[in-house]
Amino acid sequence: MSIPTKRALLKLAALSSLAAAAILAGCGKKEEPAPAPAPAAAAPAPAAPEPLKAAWVYVGPVGDAGWTFAHDLGRKAVEAEFGDKVKTSFVEKVPEGADAERVIRDLATQGNKIIFATSFGYMEPMLKVAAEFPDVKFEHATGYKTAPNMRIYDAKFYEDTYVAGIIAGKMSKTGTLGFVGSFPIPEVLRNINAFTLGAQSVNPKIKTKVVWVSTWFDPPKESEAAQSLINAGADVLLQNTDSTAVLQTAEKNGKYAFGWDSDMSGFATKAHLASAIADWGGYYKKAVKDVMDGTWKTERTVWGVKEGQNDLIKIADVVPEDIRKKVEEVKAGMKAGTFEVFTGPVVTNDGKEVLAKGAAADQAWKDKVDFYVKGVEGKIPSGK
Amino acid sequence: MLKLEARAQPSQAMSVASPLIALALTVLLAGLLFAALGKDPLKGLGIFFVEPLNGVRAVSEVLLKATPLILCALGLAVCYRSNVWNIGAEGQFLLGAIAGGGAALWLGHQGVGGPQGLYAPLVLLAGVVGGMAWAAITALLRDRCNASEILVSLMLVYVAQQLLNYLVFGPWKDPGGFNFPQTRTFEVATWLPALLPRSRLHWGFVLALVMVVLFWVFLFRSWRGYQLQVGGLAPAAARYAGFSARSSLWTALLVSGGMAGLAGAMEAAGPLRQLTPHVSTGYGFTAIIVCFVGRLHPLGIALAGVLLSMLLIGGELAQSRLGLPNALTGVFQGLLLFLLLACDTLINYRVRWKRGGLASTALPAAVVAKEGAA
Amino acid sequence: MNELALLVAATLASGTPLAIAGLGLLLGEKAGVLNLGAEGMMLVAAIAGFGAAFLTGSDTIAFAAGAAAGAAMAALFALLAIGLNTNQYATGLALSLFGAGFSAFVGVAFVGKKLPDRAPFELPLLADLPFFGPALFRQHPMVYVAIALVAALAWFLYRTRAGLVLRAVGESPESAHALGYPVRAIRLAAVVTGGALCGIAGAFLSVVYAPLWVEGLVAGRGWIALALTTFATWRPARVLLGAYLFGGVTMLQFALQGAGVEVSSQLLSMLPYLATIVVLALISRNPLWIRINMPASLGKPFHPGS
Repeated sequence: MSIPTKRALLKLAALSSLAAAAILAGCGKKEEPAPAPAPAAAAPAPAAPEPLKAAWVYVGPVGDAGWTFAHDLGRKAVEAEFGDKVKTSFVEKVPEGADAERVIRDLATQGNKIIFATSFGYMEPMLKVAAEFPDVKFEHATGYKTAPNMRIYDAKFYEDTYVAGIIAGKMSKTGTLGFVGSFPIPEVLRNINAFTLGAQSVNPKIKTKVVWVSTWFDPPKESEAAQSLINAGADVLLQNTDSTAVLQTAEKNGKYAFGWDSDMSGFATKAHLASAIADWGGYYKKAVKDVMDGTWKTERTVWGVKEGQNDLIKIADVVPEDIRKKVEEVKAGMKAGTFEVFTGPVVTNDGKEVLAKGAAADQAWKDKVDFYVKGVEGKIPSGK
Repeated sequence: MLKLEARAQPSQAMSVASPLIALALTVLLAGLLFAALGKDPLKGLGIFFVEPLNGVRAVSEVLLKATPLILCALGLAVCYRSNVWNIGAEGQFLLGAIAGGGAALWLGHQGVGGPQGLYAPLVLLAGVVGGMAWAAITALLRDRCNASEILVSLMLVYVAQQLLNYLVFGPWKDPGGFNFPQTRTFEVATWLPALLPRSRLHWGFVLALVMVVLFWVFLFRSWRGYQLQVGGLAPAAARYAGFSARSSLWTALLVSGGMAGLAGAMEAAGPLRQLTPHVSTGYGFTAIIVCFVGRLHPLGIALAGVLLSMLLIGGELAQSRLGLPNALTGVFQGLLLFLLLACDTLINYRVRWKRGGLASTALPAAVVAKEGAA
Repeated sequence: MNELALLVAATLASGTPLAIAGLGLLLGEKAGVLNLGAEGMMLVAAIAGFGAAFLTGSDTIAFAAGAAAGAAMAALFALLAIGLNTNQYATGLALSLFGAGFSAFVGVAFVGKKLPDRAPFELPLLADLPFFGPALFRQHPMVYVAIALVAALAWFLYRTRAGLVLRAVGESPESAHALGYPVRAIRLAAVVTGGALCGIAGAFLSVVYAPLWVEGLVAGRGWIALALTTFATWRPARVLLGAYLFGGVTMLQFALQGAGVEVSSQLLSMLPYLATIVVLALISRNPLWIRINMPASLGKPFHPGS
């Protein structure tokens, strides 16, 4: 390793500063549009030929065939629906830390009128940027903080997992289900609980084992986790991670599993029981339309099976008729709004009753899920 | 065919010119790459090299992102010059964030108030101690058990990540946070004081610049720095001169751990103002690259930190402005690094056209001098 | 008992890619070249192997493609680090960076694609032995290749002339050069062969272990493999042991979670890394072991004299 002399480095520094100064001088004139109420960026008249610019911020790659892929399909649905009237763009693999704020702010300065952030970790950064751009609409997925120009949306994945549970409860011969979990956040805990409750509605003695892989995406690790669940006696698996690895491991071992986030029926002909999907297109179209019509307001939208945002599809032929009927019934109830997954009595796995008999959980209850229901083995990692 | 011919003396002109040549070559290759992908090359290059500096806000973001890189790299430079291969700066960074964040949370619990930045020095100090403590584990195992610092420091990175996860999912989770993995937001008094209004740039950047100067003094004007470097370049000579290898090891690791910890605490108390599992985006590893691109020299590191920060931000911008896939940034950075490293060869070697076969080249002067000192 | 057998089986499978990659890196390091680009090589090889498997349906071609991709990446590294004497650490890091981006870029077309089903492998007769059957003999052939590779590499390094020369180059390239050996060519051969092995490991991940392709598939295993060569104090058999230790503790912590053990999963996830550190600390305590085993010229550039 050569170590240049002081003189040489001073020369380099001088050259670089000259270069930097030149660049700055050249660009200095081109000031960014002022972030504070920018008169130039006043409400674009919907009738104007200017297309509405909409942007998406993704936490993963669009090629992940999972969470981000599903959101991108939603974005494409917006393009298909509105054609020339919108111009969409996206930034993928944006880390959920300090960088996110910069990306979101940049998108806002670029003239996007509505920005979607598709992961919880973007909440604080988005909130900060929303304060600076009052006439841009900000949409945050899976969060809980809002602002006059920032609202939240979410999906009811637990409805999918409940229905999956019904199927699993019947198809499991050992009475033990397995769940490969990413991180113990409320959404995942809801999914585990709903899965177990659904299975117990068919077989009250069902047990669920959970293994946490501490990642949303690491196929070999997901494989290993699935294998260890199978080794421990689970014969129907569900996951909250984004690849087909769990499904494929189940196939290899002659067990059952479900697809997650996308239709994975093509990946495992014998193991695949059904795929839990989310279709974000419906919500994205609505949101964009709200901006176009000027009817956008701060609210929290949680859609599920009823609105067509969640579904459990491609149910395998091996599933017997009586279970299919039950699934249809439950789905019909969800669509009609009469079936609530979390209906009492619900007891945690250390004996506490958290929902009285007959009571239907409200949104606040569901947001605060920090327990396992009876039948799920173990303790939530570092849970209190 | 092209032949490498050793120079009698390392070329000073090339020392300065080689990074510029590398940059020029990268620009050329990148332009070709953009064209091949059907994008306007000039626009593409503009996004990577000009756009990140477009305006005061943009420059502030570049400097903000460069700050942790520079701090970590300074510490690593001391390590590498002492021939201690600390690959675990990322882990030390995380521990600094944890310690600093912990201090901030504790201070908030005590009910401190005051203007922004009043208690920031305490937070940063905690970060330094945290990073040092983590590096001390590596030093201890190398000192007492001869365990390779490469392996121990690297393994400790993963342990640190899990520790952070454990804390934000468990004991330090914000009770009002709906069970999401994040701590409470820190009290204003524990935030880093802002440097530039309407930007996220904080005084940590100034601290980083101060560190650049301090490290230059340490490495090139202090007795201790001299000892460390001799120990790295010629261990036998160092032993003969009575320099303690053990104390060099500890100094190097504690310094780099402390710097990485400082950077971590800065990131937590600066732009983030809370702890989440995503405090670091690989700063500890990118810093290794910054360190080498900056040729292990404080001033070079400062410039390299800014350059790499620009590239990273440029990559983000290229996605939203040009629709270029994120993967391309990695390709780009790798290419730049390759070219930078290759062009550095020009400092010690001359490129000549020669007829004939694979004759071996002469020993370059720099090596002769080095081996003479050994 | 059956669970233990299954754990052993899972350990073997989990440790195999780490072992093969580790052995490849060992070869290069024995010649004095440290290639930090393992992660990048494995990623490019993974997509190459997956693509080949998808397009041709043949495992053999897939592994060959992976090996070729790994070798090509290693050759790029060698061009810089050996040919131009650039800093090995930085060059390796650049390779990792480049490989990550490049593999993601070219792999876009293969995301979400499925490989044809594969029949489970079993060694006839042996697979039916009680305990040892399910534990040891129901693995993909690569698992056994890894074990054979250890023996082959050990034999090559310590029992052949070529191996001796290679180790000499690693210990003192100047002396080897003085004796007339083509040091740079030998280093090149070692690095490229090592790259091919890393490539096979990468292909194993995408074609057998996962089996699928998504960017970042290797998820840090290249770095673990690098760490393993240090852990193994540069002896082939220990690379295998280290790989199994790491893989085994990984599977163990999953098994513990599944059994409902009441320790936080994050703390359990630390186990493989902590175990590696502890074992390394224990075996390194004898300073003589380390000095004897680490190639003296590791990481240092070589300048042939005239």
